[in-house]
Amino acid sequence: MTGAPARTGPRVLRVYTLALIAWLVLPIAVMVLFGFNDTRSRQNFRWEGFTLKWYTHLFDKADLTTAVLNSLTIALFSTAISTVLGTLAGLALGRYRFRGRGAATLLLLMAIACPELVMGASLLSMFVTFGLPRGYPTVLAAHVMFSVAFVAVTVRARAAGLDPSVDEAARDLGAGPWTRFRLVTLPMLRPGVAAGALLAFVLSIDDVVITGFTGGATVTFPLWIYGSTRTGTPPQVNVMGTLIFMVGIVIAVVLARRAARRR
Amino acid sequence: MRRAGRGDEDGHGEARSLTPYLLVLPSGLWLLAFLAVPLVLMASLSLQTGNLVDGFQQTFHWQNYTDGLGTYGDKFVRSLWYGLLATAACAALAYPAAYWIAFHGGRAKSTYLFLLLLPYFVSFVLRTISWKLVLTDNGPVLGPLRDHGLLPDGFHVLDTGFAVVSGLTYGFLPFMVLPIYVALERIDPRVVEAARDLYAGRVRAFARIVLPLSLPGVLAGVVMTFVPVAADYVNAEVLGGPRNTMIGNVIQAEYFDNSAYPLASALSFTLMAMLLLGVFAYARALGAGSALEAARR
Repeated sequence: MTGAPARTGPRVLRVYTLALIAWLVLPIAVMVLFGFNDTRSRQNFRWEGFTLKWYTHLFDKADLTTAVLNSLTIALFSTAISTVLGTLAGLALGRYRFRGRGAATLLLLMAIACPELVMGASLLSMFVTFGLPRGYPTVLAAHVMFSVAFVAVTVRARAAGLDPSVDEAARDLGAGPWTRFRLVTLPMLRPGVAAGALLAFVLSIDDVVITGFTGGATVTFPLWIYGSTRTGTPPQVNVMGTLIFMVGIVIAVVLARRAARRR
Repeated sequence: MRRAGRGDEDGHGEARSLTPYLLVLPSGLWLLAFLAVPLVLMASLSLQTGNLVDGFQQTFHWQNYTDGLGTYGDKFVRSLWYGLLATAACAALAYPAAYWIAFHGGRAKSTYLFLLLLPYFVSFVLRTISWKLVLTDNGPVLGPLRDHGLLPDGFHVLDTGFAVVSGLTYGFLPFMVLPIYVALERIDPRVVEAARDLYAGRVRAFARIVLPLSLPGVLAGVVMTFVPVAADYVNAEVLGGPRNTMIGNVIQAEYFDNSAYPLASALSFTLMAMLLLGVFAYARALGAGSALEAARR
């Protein structure tokens, strides 16, 4: 088995990989394309000519704009809260051994392994039992709940790999606990914290299941799209999706470049 | 932010320190309040009777579970079946690509991986709708084919089980790619070379070296994919039409359309139990399998 067969395998796999990528990109291309579709009905399924009007009339649908804003603010708030809480928990689990550590870890694993549908349903059950009205605050609380575990696990992995002698050295040099946290521990944890925060943001902004159960009248971008599927999704949704896609790509590329340069 | 000064003096890893408790407390309370307590309340609700107007009473009505299984048994079976199909499809599609990128991607490795993860940058629901657009009768794929008479009369893709499974596969493929790639990337190519030097054929080297070493990644990918796929309702709603609904759709409808909270709670718990048991059995079977493999060597 020399020569030709040795080269055929990888070449076939290369074509296959490119085909797989093409398949994954195809619906995205369709999404972008149909944002330029000059459709007249509510159904945006058939190509009817090129137009830019959906870009100029992007904010015509007030409830869609509200939904996008809700998605953004909820994602920002829940990322901020869950990053702070999750970082503290991750630090504790990664650095200290203490009684109850197993229970805390179990709780985190539960939050990660539990199907979203079950989490959403159980939250709804609680709000019904207590007669709590559902809305923006309940969505935010739920988003922090499922994000905090991912942040904690990410930071824990980083904290467990840190050399404790650095912290001890800072203590020997007379630094107090707060100073040590701010100037020694936190900078060392930073990659873990950043990864956790990114994960929290992505999870929150794309969530539809738990938001649907906890939102009541509060609608986010994914929920709005989901609700529109029965009557027809307007092209503005494609435009919003395209813009979010572009911004996401730019941010990812910039972050990757910076990470590569640091290395 | 204040810390317990005395506790912190204890340094690292001491049981007496208060610090770790203070650090864990906020997250712990949040998870208790919005994860553990709701699950307990749902367990309680699943045994109640009543309706939205008169309220629900605790009557330990276990029939909610038997009723749920009796009425919607076929939906459970379909969800598990679709979950299995889509997870298997994801693994089969993702593995060769992850393998090629890990071993032959060269300097463009991260670019290829990035391209495979591109769907992550589009909202899950929007991706599903775009996939529907691709599959729709007059859409950009089927439309031209039909116009050229290449499709038999009455040929549909939408509103079939195939459409749902294809949507699930498309939607969750990135979940599978990442763990498999990470596991393959970690394999030292010299180990494979060593096997080749010892006259193992290409196939044998793959089956005895690469595949077993990458199994943990496949295991992680399968678990990460199967649970959300089997519990999904978006794909069935958007792509499947009324005849291919999954248990997620039923639970949603029982909560929101019928306000049958006890029954919906019982269904949710049954689903969770099935998924967790399935994952557990799978992990054990795979663990036993690789132990057997190790013993044979």
